[in-house]
Amino acid sequence: MEHYISLLLKAIFIENMALAFFLGMCTFLAISKKIEAATGLGIAVVVVLTLTVPVNNLIYNNILREGALAWAGLPDVDLSFLGLITYIGVIAAIVQIMEMILDKYIPALYSALGVFLPLITVNCAIMGAALFMVERDYTFGESVVYGFGAGVGWALAIVALAGIREKLKYSDVPEGLRGLGITFITVGLMSLGFMSFSGISL
Amino acid sequence: MAEVTAKQVLFEPIFSNNPIGLQILGICSALAVTTSMNVTIVMCLSVIAVTAFSNLAVSLVRTQIPGSIRIIVQMTIIASLVIVVDQILKAYAYEISKQLSVFVGLIITNCIVMGRAEGFAMKNGPWLSFLDGIGNGMGYSVMLLFVAFFRELLGAGSLFGVTLLSPVNEGGWYITNGLLLLPPSAFFIIGLAIWGLRTWMPEQVEEPDYKMSRHTHKEAF
Repeated sequence: MEHYISLLLKAIFIENMALAFFLGMCTFLAISKKIEAATGLGIAVVVVLTLTVPVNNLIYNNILREGALAWAGLPDVDLSFLGLITYIGVIAAIVQIMEMILDKYIPALYSALGVFLPLITVNCAIMGAALFMVERDYTFGESVVYGFGAGVGWALAIVALAGIREKLKYSDVPEGLRGLGITFITVGLMSLGFMSFSGISL
Repeated sequence: MAEVTAKQVLFEPIFSNNPIGLQILGICSALAVTTSMNVTIVMCLSVIAVTAFSNLAVSLVRTQIPGSIRIIVQMTIIASLVIVVDQILKAYAYEISKQLSVFVGLIITNCIVMGRAEGFAMKNGPWLSFLDGIGNGMGYSVMLLFVAFFRELLGAGSLFGVTLLSPVNEGGWYITNGLLLLPPSAFFIIGLAIWGLRTWMPEQVEEPDYKMSRHTHKEAF
């Protein structure tokens, strides 16, 4: 149990997807002008990550990994080179399915998340989490915790940035720095703040 | 679309329509792989190759793809190209491919590749699309190399792994700035680079959300 808690904390704070690995930056910068939008996108990312990382984990361990096809009588087959195309396919499919399910059963949530769901397919944070999961050889249980933690960390970062940017628009920024430039500097300062977590050893 | 010349398509993205500085595309990997020049160059070449060939391939089949499934077709083309690049790197540059770790795979979700395939290659012929891919890849590379140059030179005192400023802990005189090898510095350098670029080309400056109004009444002093 302790192992899972420390993995969760590590995924949320120390290895924050957005601020330590720069993943999902494009949407991170584009959708962080308003807190409501940022919260919606953040929740969508948490849900998608919690689903896709474990599913990709199962696929990798049971089909793609070297020797994983032994149950089908093919012990020498190594399909791990197909990894990239599989993960992106799985992510796109899950996002699509989720969109249909939400539309049918939870229309309120669907209309709140609607616009953000398609964006998520090309969010590097989702793909990055799947690749980190493979690289670090997580078990199924760990991948569930890691997916959730990575999502929460990313959501936390985007909501915090949106909060800062809402205040920032009233400030007098030098012309060339206006908009994108000052946002980068802000994210840099946030990232500096998050680095203070790296001293925690779990 | 108005007549565009090959030269325009190739060189415009480098400064005046830079994918990172102006279009906010493909920033994810721009920050993570810029701690040393060697790694950055390999990453840039990979991105240029993928953008160029995915643009070419998408442009070749653009009349055959039904509109409703175009995204997934583009995605498949891009993913296949990235797998090729990944396998080549693993075979011929194993050390660097280890350092790039997941970021080669993340070229798939790099918005530049997808953005150009959707925004340019779907509307233009193969040759122009190919050049557009190279141009945008170069625009991306210029920004990346710029960031990597400062991070490696000031952070480790070297360029391409060759020591230029001999650091103190090896008996030299240069006190390395460790912050530049850490994540936040990448944000600062890109932020400052954008500032510089927009000061040079003022037409890229964004409109302010709010205008400061002047003081209308005198303070009592």
